[in-house]
Amino acid sequence: MIVLGLDTSTRMTTCAVMEDEILLGEFSLSLDMSHSEALVPMIEELMNNLDLKLSDMDGFAVSTGPGSFTGLRIGLATAKGFAHVTGKPIVGVSSLQVLADNMYGHSVVIPMMDARRDRVFTAIYTMENNQWETLLEPDAIEVENLIEMIHDSYEKVILVGDGATKYKKEFSDRLAGKALFAPGTLNLSRASSVCRLGMLRLQRGESDDMFTLAPDYLRDSQAQRMMNKKR
Amino acid sequence: MLTLAIETSCDETSCGVVKDGREVLSNIISSQIEIHREYGGVVPEIASRKHIEGIDVIIQEALDAAKVGFKDIDFISVTQGPGLVGALLVGLSSAKAIAYGLEIPIVGVNHIEGHICANYIQHKDLEPPFTCLIVSGGHSYLVDVLDYNDYKLYGRTRDDAAGEAFDKVARALGLPYPGGPQIDQLALEGDADAVDFPRVFLESDSYDFSFSGLKTSVLNYLNQLKQKNEEPNVADIAASFQKAVLDVMVEKSFRLAKENKRNKIVIAGGVAANKGLRKMMEQRGKDENVDILYPSIELCTDNAAMIGSAGYYNYINGKTSDFHMKVMPNLGFLE
Ligand SMILES: [Zn+2]
Repeated sequence: MIVLGLDTSTRMTTCAVMEDEILLGEFSLSLDMSHSEALVPMIEELMNNLDLKLSDMDGFAVSTGPGSFTGLRIGLATAKGFAHVTGKPIVGVSSLQVLADNMYGHSVVIPMMDARRDRVFTAIYTMENNQWETLLEPDAIEVENLIEMIHDSYEKVILVGDGATKYKKEFSDRLAGKALFAPGTLNLSRASSVCRLGMLRLQRGESDDMFTLAPDYLRDSQAQRMMNKKR
Repeated sequence: MLTLAIETSCDETSCGVVKDGREVLSNIISSQIEIHREYGGVVPEIASRKHIEGIDVIIQEALDAAKVGFKDIDFISVTQGPGLVGALLVGLSSAKAIAYGLEIPIVGVNHIEGHICANYIQHKDLEPPFTCLIVSGGHSYLVDVLDYNDYKLYGRTRDDAAGEAFDKVARALGLPYPGGPQIDQLALEGDADAVDFPRVFLESDSYDFSFSGLKTSVLNYLNQLKQKNEEPNVADIAASFQKAVLDVMVEKSFRLAKENKRNKIVIAGGVAANKGLRKMMEQRGKDENVDILYPSIELCTDNAAMIGSAGYYNYINGKTSDFHMKVMPNLGFLE
């Protein structure tokens, strides 16, 4: 089974092609330009290098969120377009689990992305029998609350993602010794993990509806929040 | 030559299939107007969210309605700008993915040129040259259309676009969003000579527009009534305001047609749906022997078919894009 995966949930534009257990290739770039400029040319180059066409793919995997609202939509519009023209299945995976996958094998992994205003998009995963189990579902949480949660419930955790970098001081000050930080080389989203996690779903016979698949923003738009407040 | 066209510049998700720039095989328009009305205007983030939820559904509907499949499509046309950045990005990302998957060219289209081309769809024998007045929510332009894809710009707005002035005045009058059509409707019942609002012609040789002063004078007028505790006659004000806008647009359009010796004036853009504008243009056209053309109401609003028409004329003129293409939210027209 050959799967093309992509992730545009963070600053990273990343795409990869995996055949079963083997990663055939991966391109990742952290750019100032929009994902929209970089993504399809990058995929085209990767595929040309691998001498593959979109029609050779058995499925498409994409990070559905949380993350940059605009980034998520670029990734989804692209992956949905691929699935639409080829008629091949599409699977969405959590961009937090993609980040956690960088720390494969560790017992408690907490991926996080900055959600502004002292909040992070986060989830808590643990690895059992080579599979991720979810201890805390993806959510937007105040850093303060997350620190308390870790303090009260866990012995040792690994923090990964730009949220961990941004609030490094807060985490280290309050969780001395308990929290480890992923190194810079493992702190970014990788499309190879999107492929791996997506393929697991495809192999289980799962897929998403290409027509209705939408980002998991984990947050209403500001206008919706204000409207809800008024009501 | 078949194009699949995608337009997501504002709050309409639209896809269509167009043959040779003129023949519309399908033109599916999914409007979000009901959602945005609640907020009193288009909320960009909500618009983008609706686009990504609906885009592939609308694409499929467009193919089905045209009774074609992806394999029949020769190239993709997509709005590159101007428009809301997040909204444009959904359409462009989708268009790139489809063009890459089908290994066919992609053409980035200027939304304003799309509005002009809506007239090629509506009027099968319309050919350049002609004078064109383009008025929509965000834009006002006066151009001479020399040929397909070849324009000369004469006038543009120096401040508010006409549609913008309509929306702001409508809001001040307490009319629901979108205000333009509401003012047009009310103006039918009101007395256009009731209030003497200013006509801003700028310098005598200028084809530019300026509507912000007019907008301000309507707001001032409403304030004065309020201070005197008088109820405004909304229909009269709507009619007087609209007339002040249209007088200037009509006058300048005819002056430009005369300068370039054109016997056709074409109206394009959302405000081309304005009944008052159509009527005033047609009356003057009769007097001066100038044909007045405009698209159907559906083709005046943002729609993919007009993008497909413009895409075709770009394509046959060799103006294709590549996958590095970016959205241009502030793209002007000939500026
Ligand atoms: Zn428009």
